[in-house]
This record gives sequence, C-alpha cells and structure tokens, in this order.
Amino acid sequence: MSESNKAANTVAAAAVARYRNNFLKEVEERVEDGDMVKMCMQCGVCAGSCPLGPHWEHSPQKIFMMIRAGKRDEVLSSDSMWMCTSCYNCIVRCPRQLPITHIMHGLAHYANRLGMVPKGQPTRDIAKLFWDNLLKTGRVNELKFSLAMYFKDGFVQGIKNALAMQGIGLSLMKAKRLSPMEIIGGHKCKDQSGIQKMIAKAREIEDRRRGALA
Amino acid sequence: MTVPIATSQTILVVGGGISGMTAALEAAECGKDVVLVERSATLGGRTALLYRYFPKMCHPTCGLEINLRRLKANRRIRVITMADVQSIGGSRGAYTATLKVAPRYVNENCTACGECEKAVAAEVSNPFNYGLNKTKAAYLPHAMAYPQRYVLDPSVIGTADADKAKAACKYGAIDLDMAAETIEINVGAVVWATGWKPYDAAKIQPYGYGRFANVVTSVEFERMADPAGPTGGKLLRPSDGKEAKNIAFIQCAGSRDENHLRHCSRICCMASLKQTQYVREAHGDTAKSTIYYIDIRAIDRFEDFYRNVQNDSTVTFVKSKVARIAEDKNGDPILHGVDTEGYHRYATAHDLVVLAVGMEPESNGIRLPDDIVCDSSGFIEGSPDGGQIGAGASASPLDVNRSVQSATAAALRAIKVIHKTASAEMAQK
Repeated sequence: MSESNKAANTVAAAAVARYRNNFLKEVEERVEDGDMVKMCMQCGVCAGSCPLGPHWEHSPQKIFMMIRAGKRDEVLSSDSMWMCTSCYNCIVRCPRQLPITHIMHGLAHYANRLGMVPKGQPTRDIAKLFWDNLLKTGRVNELKFSLAMYFKDGFVQGIKNALAMQGIGLSLMKAKRLSPMEIIGGHKCKDQSGIQKMIAKAREIEDRRRGALA
Repeated sequence: MTVPIATSQTILVVGGGISGMTAALEAAECGKDVVLVERSATLGGRTALLYRYFPKMCHPTCGLEINLRRLKANRRIRVITMADVQSIGGSRGAYTATLKVAPRYVNENCTACGECEKAVAAEVSNPFNYGLNKTKAAYLPHAMAYPQRYVLDPSVIGTADADKAKAACKYGAIDLDMAAETIEINVGAVVWATGWKPYDAAKIQPYGYGRFANVVTSVEFERMADPAGPTGGKLLRPSDGKEAKNIAFIQCAGSRDENHLRHCSRICCMASLKQTQYVREAHGDTAKSTIYYIDIRAIDRFEDFYRNVQNDSTVTFVKSKVARIAEDKNGDPILHGVDTEGYHRYATAHDLVVLAVGMEPESNGIRLPDDIVCDSSGFIEGSPDGGQIGAGASASPLDVNRSVQSATAAALRAIKVIHKTASAEMAQK
C-alpha cells in the first residue's frame, strides 16, 4: 500500500467513526448506489435468480438485511459481493428495481478502500493486477498482465504456471495475438502522465463525494 | 334497436359487473334514470366467474340473484349489452355518449330453450372459462346470464351453422340480418365501472406461464374449482388430466413489481387463502397447499380467515418470492428460490402451480375521454369537474365487497351531479 493510500485510510477511519451503530447510513452515504439498500423488501428473487447463488456465503438479499442489522464487519470482510459476475439477472428481476449488481460492486470497492477484503480474494487480486497494469501506460499490457498473474503466488509457482500455459502462449504468438516485444515497455497511450493525472483527479473527486477526505 | 330516452338528468354507467350493477341500482332506487352499458353479452362481469367468495365461502350466484331481482323490479334502468362506449363529449351535466352496439343475432323472443345450441356444430373458445374449454357457437354465456338470451358468435354468420340455428329456433328469435349500430345519448353524469382484468401472466417470463402446461392463473383455477367450469369442479392438471393434490400458490404474480404492476392488487392474498380451501375440500387431509409469499396482506377484517388457514394442517407458508419455475420430465413444475426465514435455497416440485395474478384496470390500453384522470397504474380517478366518476375495481384494486361500497359511493356522487344539473335547469326556466 502506498503512503498516500495509508494516509487516506487513516482519514477514512476517522470519517467512518461517526457511523458507529448505523451501518445502513454509512452504506447509504459512502457506497455507490448504497442509498437504494433500504428499498429492499426482502422478497428473495435476487438470491434465487443468481446463477452463482449456491456459491455465495451471503446472497444479496441477506447482505441487505445484514446491512440493516448493522453487521458491518461481517458484510465488509465477506467475499460474497466479490462473487458477482455482473450477469444482471437480479437487476432485471428485482420488483423494486434495485441496482443490485452495482451495489455489490460498490460494497466490494468500499471494502477494498477500507482494506477489509479477505486476504487472497482472487477477484480482488486480479482486479488490482489489471488496474495497476492499465494505469502504468494507459493501455493493458497483456503479456505483463499474464506474467504478473503467473507469479502472484511466488517464483516457483510462477514458473509452473508459465510452463502449464506454454502451449497457449506460443499459439497466441503464432497467431500474432501476443507479441514477446511487449516485455520491453510495450504499447502505450500518447500522454501517459496525463491519463494518470486524470485518474488521480477522478479519485480525488470520488473521495470528496464519498466523504473519505472530509 | 330503440334508442333509450336519456336526458341531462340520466346517469350513464359503463360496465355491468358487480360495481356497475350496484351503481346503477343504487342510483335508480333513488329515483334517477340510468343507462347501464355492458360490453359482453351478459351482466355479472368477473364476479359471475368466481366459484366462491371469501370470507364466508358463499357462492356469487346468491349476490347476483339479489341484484338481478332488484334490476328486474326497477323501471328506471335501461340495460344495453354488447355495447362499447366509443366516445364521450361535453362536460359535467351535459355529456353526449356515443355507443357502438354489436349484433347479438338473437332478439328478445329468445326463451333460452337451447335448441340453437344443439343445432350448430362449430365451437369457439369460451371466454367465460378464460378460454380453458370451448363452447358451441350459439351459447348462453353462463347460467346466471342477464339478459337470459342466447348469443350467436359472429364467426358463424354466413355459414351453414347460422342457418341451422335459425331453422332450429321455434320462436323466430334468431335474426341473422342484425348489424352493428351506433347510437348517441345525452347524459348528465358518467360512472366508469369498467372493472379489472387479470395481469397477463405470460409477461412474467421466469414463471413459464404459457410454456408449462401445469402453471395456471388464479382466475383459471377458480374456474377449475367451479362445477360449472371446464373440469366439472375437479382440480385436474392441464398436462395429463391427473388430479392435482400438491398445489403451489405464488403470490404477487405481477403485483408489487415495478417491472409489471407497481401496485398491490389487495385481493390475491385472500384469493389464494380461499383457494387452499378448495384443495382441502377436494382431497381432505391428503391435500397439500403451499403459499409462496412476500407478505400476507389479509386486509381489513380478514385476519381471522388467515389465522384459520394457518392452522390448517394441509397448508404450508413459505416466505419467499419464487425466482423461477422449471419443469421436470413428468411435467411437474419445480419452484426455485431462497426463503427469507433462514435464507434456505429450495427446489420444490408440485403437481400444479397457481399464479395469484394481479389486477390490472380493464381500461388499460383503451382510450378514455381526455378529461379522465388515472393514477400511475391506470386506475380511473374520474374527471376533475366531478361529472365522471370511477367506481369499483376500475378505480382501485378491490374485492367484491369493497367494490360494492365504492360503487355505492360513486352512485351518490353521480346523484349529486344530477341534482345540481336539475336545479340549474330549473333556475333557467
């Protein structure tokens, strides 16, 4: 975690202190589309419609109830919302038209900011690798992204992963879908620092809006 | 037909169901002249298609008979069936209504002897059983039909069947030259009692209505339970005709859903609680009813009915809106979902699924006069000047009891309009 992130988290911790015993209010104000959580009428259609339903610890319906019940740690450290694949079945069927998918992403994002995501959560890990990769040059470097994925669990496991994927890698190269030259620099957008500034600004606006810096 | 005499002191009631009949009768018994217009061939509306009422489990025949007696005894009501309101012009106290009357092909000589029905061969889908069976093309809508006169379906006109029906009639009641007529009448006030229609269950895609034979609607189930219905009162599965003993009721099928009907239809909880008793009647202790619900809204005084059903050992309640229905190879519907009391995932097979479909205003999809105000679901509130009034289930989702109350209130409002018109006319003289 970078120094600036650490500082932001300290501020954030102070900011959330005022929500003590009112997790619903915290979600309403600080989680994307969190203000819609209170609209849930607990019918259970989202839970029954989710194709990954049996694999979640808590269904969306249950998470909404847990938020109302103030189960802050259980919700934010759960990996349930990270299981969402954005199929949008729940949004389409919700009789109250809650943006359930967006709320799941909002909760995941919020938990990530607070550093409450369970260690080794694969969705979070791949998302972070992808984001860091993209942010560097403004373009996704697929070769570096794949290598980062291979080696995320250590050098030996990385070599094993790379050897296992060798065939696919070579085929991709033969089909000109993957260039080995990407390892040195790789393609990038014209104004790299510009795009980084843009993202930093966007993040600042988002933090201000969500009250993390206030 | 002879155009009824109507003046600015006449009340037009649109719709001849329980609400329209009540509004017309209450106004007429107060001495007002009423024209009661009904689109189908008979009065009675959807009430006549119920097997029993909640909470007393009595038959609608009884209530209808009382109203029909009142109607026959009253000379101030002119009933026009098979008539559509085309337009209403003017304003409070001075409306001109244009009615289009469809040909019945049977005149008032009809004695309902039924010879024409025996004579014709063609069959048509029976609207009084929601199309669950067929009826002869010369038919009496149902046993309580008023007027008690046969109807010839327009599809047989010009065929040999029509001539056969005519030849079979001993009373000269069949008139194949009848044609549609458009008539205009002047009225002072209009009561809209156009009623409701069951929400189109096929639009609730995950429930498979229309795809799975053993998923039916609550109104169809009501006909199945009725001895005069398509199955002779037996609860038979549409797929294989086997008796259905293990029946699921799904509440809020369309209601309380922003994707379908945004309002609570109010009657469906009580309707399903009532229908579990049909299952018990049919199978005794071996019956099995399961109600899947979000909340049970046994409105008003019906909490005790709910409690009695809760105590019925054949009825189980599952607090969950069913997410989807699948079908196994026996044709059994499998209900999938997660319950709210413990978040248990279930996949439960039943013999038959009854969707407690919501009430949609019958007037949805029909162009109403420009000054009519409707709520966000399409229920008629009336015109701002008070000259046109919504009554019964056209104004709000209501059960029969409440529709009668609403219609009585509407009749009173219409009478007020007529009184004001009358005194204004007196002042001018």
